[in-house]
Amino acid sequence: MQPIFEVRNLKRAFGGLAVTNDVSLSMAPGDRVALIGPNGAGKTTFVNLVTGNLKPDSGEVRIGGEAVTGIDAIGRVRRGLVRSFQVTRLFADMTPAEHVALAVLQRSGRAGRLFGNFLGMPDVMAEVEELLGKLGLKELMHRKVSEIAYGQQRLLEIAVALALKPRVLLLDEPAAGVPQSDTGRIEQALADLPADLAVLMIEHDMDLVFRFAKRVVVLAAGAIIFDGSPSDVTKDPRVREAYLGSYANASHAA
Amino acid sequence: MTMTTTNDLIATAPVRRRFGGGDLAGLAVILLVAVIGYFLFPNNLALLTRIIAAALLVLSLDLVTGYCGVATLGHAALFGAGAYAAGIASAHYGINDPLAMLAFGIVAGAVAGLVCGVVILRAHGLPQLVLSIALIHLFHEFANKASSWTGGSDGLSGIAPTALLGLYEFDLWGRTAYVFGVVLLAIVFVVLRLIVRSPFGMLCRGIKEDPIRIRSMGASPKMALTKMYVISGAVAGVGGALNAISTQVVGLDSLSFTMSAESLVMLVLGGTGSLFGALTGTVVFMFFEDVVSAANPFHWLTMVGALLIAVVLFAPKGIYGTAAAFFARRKEAQ
Ligand SMILES: Nc1ncnc2c1ncn2[C@@H]1O[C@H](COP(=O)(O)OP(=O)(O)O)[C@@H](O)[C@H]1O
Ligand SMILES: [Mg+2]
Repeated sequence: MQPIFEVRNLKRAFGGLAVTNDVSLSMAPGDRVALIGPNGAGKTTFVNLVTGNLKPDSGEVRIGGEAVTGIDAIGRVRRGLVRSFQVTRLFADMTPAEHVALAVLQRSGRAGRLFGNFLGMPDVMAEVEELLGKLGLKELMHRKVSEIAYGQQRLLEIAVALALKPRVLLLDEPAAGVPQSDTGRIEQALADLPADLAVLMIEHDMDLVFRFAKRVVVLAAGAIIFDGSPSDVTKDPRVREAYLGSYANASHAA
Repeated sequence: MTMTTTNDLIATAPVRRRFGGGDLAGLAVILLVAVIGYFLFPNNLALLTRIIAAALLVLSLDLVTGYCGVATLGHAALFGAGAYAAGIASAHYGINDPLAMLAFGIVAGAVAGLVCGVVILRAHGLPQLVLSIALIHLFHEFANKASSWTGGSDGLSGIAPTALLGLYEFDLWGRTAYVFGVVLLAIVFVVLRLIVRSPFGMLCRGIKEDPIRIRSMGASPKMALTKMYVISGAVAGVGGALNAISTQVVGLDSLSFTMSAESLVMLVLGGTGSLFGALTGTVVFMFFEDVVSAANPFHWLTMVGALLIAVVLFAPKGIYGTAAAFFARRKEAQ
């Protein structure tokens, strides 16, 4: 199948340190990919580079066959490339309903409207309630985000991304900080995603990775060292070494 | 520039209507204060009209600073553009119908807003502030140099508005001008309430908190802020035109750094990020400037300074913002 999302030879260094070192990756519609790797491997940087939040030193990004390397972050979102943030980025003074409504309005070209209020727009409210209901946030939809628990904020972060109806969804550690009791909601939301959506999820919870992904990509020190099926990943000697090595380095540094 | 706002008060309201009881109450308060002012100061309606013009400038500033977080010390450029456009239309082109003059003011204010927005929004934080100061000086210098149009430092005179709607002459007591001003303020207030709670208003609140988040939702903060600048310019233009029509002169002070800075002081005094904060701050400041300065010409600025320090230190949400927060807490406690 024609890839919906393609990265070719992406490179980025910070002060001589190659944080993304010649990364190539492609995804087809419907792909469920988990991107794993030790802390500091460059996973978040990879997301920042492909979404246009960071500029690569070289390499190419394509969405639906179109090269978007010269297009800014906004243009890439409009082409269907949507991300969530590892560290929640929400508007403290706004409610979950407002967050999702803003995303829905933006997607449907109505975020610039000078009149009306989303509470009076039935189609927007229907979508808001459905999405927040799915993630268990409906009761809290009119509370300020600063008043709700961090785990619920993580869920809202996902809701905002989903409300944009992406073609390619990049989730940066969606379950980090979500209590065990709530990860089921994330999983359910992921299971309910449109079948033709391509999803790349960065995640440390291996149980979640194995249930979700049909393909696992391992990043270590900025390079892809494994790209294959979940059943093979734990057996791969390079992957084992990368994880052991990173723990050795971590204890060394500490 | 980070400022405490009163947006949060609005955000907690569980249900919001398009134009609900709160808006009508707000409008009623404005009209009530206007009527009280009329009977309290019947011989000083000119002052009240000046307060309204200033309030329009401060509302306009609130849109970009309070609601969007843009730092500017050059906002009088938009007001002055409106004032000069309305004045020049009358003095040089014989367009003396007050509503037509108002239209010129609105358009000129919006254009000045576009120009200032495009320049100021290129930077953030301190550089942004510096750009805004540079802009107001440029506008001021331009008006000063183009003296055949603007009258330069002598001011623009020869402004002669005809009767409003062909019925109400602009009388010596300033009654027509005052009523005109009150009506304009009421209309602007209603329109801004609608805008503030519209999808666009929500987008701007988001931009103020986290523009990068807004970008990853596919919206352009720069586009939205530029649009807000144009709206803000139109509002300031209403104020400028009102000033030109009611005083029948336009001076360089309407395009000055001082006026820009004072409007920011008024806004902070009342409370950023709420329309009533802007109105409260204007009334308090102008009251001090005119009434207290008459009673005590040597110390009124000291008093304003002390008041401002007290507000910033002890009531950072401004006079209105603090009071509103207090009553919101009381209500919640019940
Ligand atoms: N803006 C930046 N400037 C300098 N170094 C950075 C920057 N962003 C990330 N890094 C470094 O790049 C490496 C990879 O970081 P990151 O992509 O966040 O890793 P991961 O998400 O896999 O844990 C880390 O060593 C980090 O310190
Ligand atoms: Mg990371």
